[in-house]
Amino acid sequence: MTALLQHPGYDEERLKGVAEKLPCREVQAGMLLSLMGQLSHATVSCVECVSIALLFEQVLLSFFGCDAASLLPRSPSLSDFVRVYRQQCSQSPAKQTRYIVMEKAELLRDTDASLLSALLRLQELVEDNVTVILLSEIAWDKFRPNTGCFEPLLLHFPDYSKSELQQILSQNVHPSYSAGFYSAYINILLGVFYSVCRDLRELRHLAALNFSKFCEPLAEGKVKETDTHKLWKHIEPHLKKAMQTVYLREVSSLQWEQMQQMEEEEAGALRGLSAHTHVELPYYSKFLLIAAYLASYNPARTDKRFFLKHHGKIRKTNFLKKNEKTSNHLLGPKPFPLDRLLAIFYSVVDSRVAPTASIFSQISSLVTLQLLAQVSHDDQLDAPKYKCAVSLDFICAIARTVNFDIVKYLYDFL
Amino acid sequence: MGEIRECLYKICLPELSGGFSGIKLLMSCFFVRTDVLQDELNRTILDSLLDFTRKCSSTRQNSDWTSQMRASEIPTAALMLGVNVPDHDMTFQSLSDMLKQSVSPHVASVQAKECGGKGFRDQSEIILCSPHSPRVHRSMHCSLGILCDWYTARTKKSPTGTPGKKRSSQVRDEQQQPPVVIIFKDLEAFNPRVLQDFILICSQYIDRLPLTFIFGIATSPSTIQHMLPHSVSSLLCIELFQSLSCTQHLATVIDKLILASRIHFKLNGKVMQVLIGVFLYHDFSVRNFIKGLQLALLEHFHSQPLSVLCCKKKQALFNVTQLSKPNLDRIRQLPSFKRYVEKQEAQEQVNLMTDDSHLKEVCQQLIKDLHKYHKNYYPILRCLHTLTSSLPRYPLGKQIRELYLICLAKNVWENEDYQSAMKLVKMLAKGEMVSLLQKCVEILQLSKSKKMKNALTLLEMNESRRAKRLSPFENLRNEALEFIDNLVKSHLSPPESQPLYEVCYYSSSATVRRHLNATPRTSIQAALSNPYYYLQNDSLKSEDGTVSNTAPDICIAYKLHLECGRLINLYDWLEAYSTVVSAAEGNDQDSENFGKVDEVKHARFIRAVSALEFLGFIKSTKQKTDHVARLTWGGC
Repeated sequence: MTALLQHPGYDEERLKGVAEKLPCREVQAGMLLSLMGQLSHATVSCVECVSIALLFEQVLLSFFGCDAASLLPRSPSLSDFVRVYRQQCSQSPAKQTRYIVMEKAELLRDTDASLLSALLRLQELVEDNVTVILLSEIAWDKFRPNTGCFEPLLLHFPDYSKSELQQILSQNVHPSYSAGFYSAYINILLGVFYSVCRDLRELRHLAALNFSKFCEPLAEGKVKETDTHKLWKHIEPHLKKAMQTVYLREVSSLQWEQMQQMEEEEAGALRGLSAHTHVELPYYSKFLLIAAYLASYNPARTDKRFFLKHHGKIRKTNFLKKNEKTSNHLLGPKPFPLDRLLAIFYSVVDSRVAPTASIFSQISSLVTLQLLAQVSHDDQLDAPKYKCAVSLDFICAIARTVNFDIVKYLYDFL
Repeated sequence: MGEIRECLYKICLPELSGGFSGIKLLMSCFFVRTDVLQDELNRTILDSLLDFTRKCSSTRQNSDWTSQMRASEIPTAALMLGVNVPDHDMTFQSLSDMLKQSVSPHVASVQAKECGGKGFRDQSEIILCSPHSPRVHRSMHCSLGILCDWYTARTKKSPTGTPGKKRSSQVRDEQQQPPVVIIFKDLEAFNPRVLQDFILICSQYIDRLPLTFIFGIATSPSTIQHMLPHSVSSLLCIELFQSLSCTQHLATVIDKLILASRIHFKLNGKVMQVLIGVFLYHDFSVRNFIKGLQLALLEHFHSQPLSVLCCKKKQALFNVTQLSKPNLDRIRQLPSFKRYVEKQEAQEQVNLMTDDSHLKEVCQQLIKDLHKYHKNYYPILRCLHTLTSSLPRYPLGKQIRELYLICLAKNVWENEDYQSAMKLVKMLAKGEMVSLLQKCVEILQLSKSKKMKNALTLLEMNESRRAKRLSPFENLRNEALEFIDNLVKSHLSPPESQPLYEVCYYSSSATVRRHLNATPRTSIQAALSNPYYYLQNDSLKSEDGTVSNTAPDICIAYKLHLECGRLINLYDWLEAYSTVVSAAEGNDQDSENFGKVDEVKHARFIRAVSALEFLGFIKSTKQKTDHVARLTWGGC
């Protein structure tokens, strides 16, 4: 490994320092260092820069100070940026290479198409010793502009392997325990979580949350530090539980810590986020939602059969088309116009309802609650279209509270 | 609320004849109560939220091993508020006020409609625009980075707190870094993309900027998981806060404002039914319920001159002596008073109808009776409710409001459900029975009326006797129940049976319904088919539902279109229209030009048709170019 750390022209001490900061990335770090040398840089997160104006401003701010940034006009174009940059860099010429590091560079695809190509040739545009570094989790092939551009140098960072993760995580030894003990703990933790999570940040978080539980038998004096098997037996079910709860953020990490201090039975009472699905709705809202569900999952031509009292004879073969049957729930909700929703609503609701303003406003509040989704554009006032956005379980629960047998009205279950 | 109150005062005070301070008092008492009540209802949840934000900001400053290792999550409170969205505003208002007062001056509320598709920038700009906003360079774009710099500068500059922040100094001292609280009022309505980006950005600054989120959620907490992918929700440390359900909320409001003998203004059964119906069927909004109540109150004082007697007993008795001649005549006209008169002897009847001073005396007695009636009514109602509310299948309802509605409608003891409930009570186990009766005794003890005291001793006696001799339990039980039955019969008669009940009871359910439950379509149809209803022009008066020739163009066009089938030929329609209009202009039927379409008529017709199209009665159709399609049912 020491061989890798030798790069011509670089102080070995510095290389070592970097390697300590970034364990298991020695190869890539060394390569980058050898390419770049001293780093004078601007780091820009592309999530944060919703407009290119913000992006330009941040770059100028970190290279030339806030006076330069204020030279930009209110909504600057790329050429404004280039102009200001040139002006500034002629005043303070670069002694070394300047770097612009763009995090989450894949988001640049959504901005102006020319921006990415321009950034890749920024050196030529501003005539300065500047380099752009794009950081992304997506392969370059996926965001090459179709107009073509200057190809960047690619440097691939492979995923951490399990042993690398083990090595990195083991570095954060708890001050009052031995390194070997902590390493054993990390080993057990990875045994449970490695199959579902490779995120270093998340793993470190989980390690911190569960360590106190791991140490419990030790504190009680039942087990020695070296007795890994017993420790494993103690912690394993606990970690499994953590995987189903705190890892999925069903319970928050704070609640998880409280649960560890509580007795078993008490902890069982704490319900996860997804356990609360019950929604209390006004009476007519319930029926509106039921009507919306029926409109979304029944073909429109079957309405006559379900909602007309004397629908006459409809030939069975004609009515039940084979390929259509049972597929509606697999295909998901279909859009329906407002008229159809109201027609079904008036036929399912048991009493006579006046078409008051509050019925209509209930439809729009169902949309804000995201139980219905408006399919047509907001601006379309005439005959808006909706989709029902709730699950079968949800609507069955709602229908039960108003004594409405919804399954009898669903084409798929006929 | 305050504005409404003032405005309402302005409207009604001139109407209230000459400074009857009792009414003012009642109204202000009524309004203040609703305010206080709502604050009280939210108190517990708001307190726990305040604790949460305080705790979060204090744990943040820990520096032991675990907290160093833990990924710094953004503390988030998920506040479950229920679907009664109109009520939320007030909760958030008092929440943000309380937070500003005792936790941190940096509180910002954002609403989905303010942060539309444009991205999170709007949101951060809103945060920056909060009262303590930093003065940044004009040309700079707002970003969280700038907010963060501002925050650091601010907390460094003034470790002891700037003048504006000194309201609660001991809290300030322990935390030199007050959290920045962001309240998302309606989480569901946010664009998920915007929210995700915003959270991602915030998480990058969390080590420098102590952010705390509060999510207002109307449906269920699983919404969070639907909106945010794991990569984002793992940045949050979410704690759940459940507020009172809106039905509990309503029950409290009814308990405090309606089932209280101290508030003399009452609603009759039908109005109650309308208000509760709006609540249960339409919006679940307690605020709207209270608004309905206030509307009824104003309508009552506005429309019923005798409402001057609807105030405290002393004041009412005094007001009786001040009644003017027309008002006394109004009393004689009251149906409840007429019924009362009919029951009197002949001489007394004459006296009442002619002698004003005698009438005043009797009225004073009747008002006293009415007050006594109310004083007894509510305790007995509550007693009956405690006895029956836990029975299987709830024959008299689970909530007291249901029982109240039954009692308002007619004699409750004649109700079949009442009889079955009483039978069920008889079947209760002994222990249960005794505890229920004890509860009744407590209720009766609270109300200190003279009659009640008698009842009380009787009930207590029953109990003590029961304790001594357990074997003849059945006898005693029957005795007790009979006693309660008697109480019900003597005190729970519907208010209509009381003379002068109109003074206190507001009964126009149609008015309330019309104001609270608007029916735009019905109104449009009424306006089109019967223009006189709105225009009040005598030339528009017509019998048997026809529209007169002189009606506005659109009414004529509407009337004609009603006679057509699904598709309407425009030319035929124009001809018919022109004939009607010509007749209205008084042209001679036999003349040559009668019914001819000239340019003016043509233009008027086109305008009427496009108005109808705008109102949604017709639309153009591709089936036939010179036809329009009807969008309403009927006709063919």
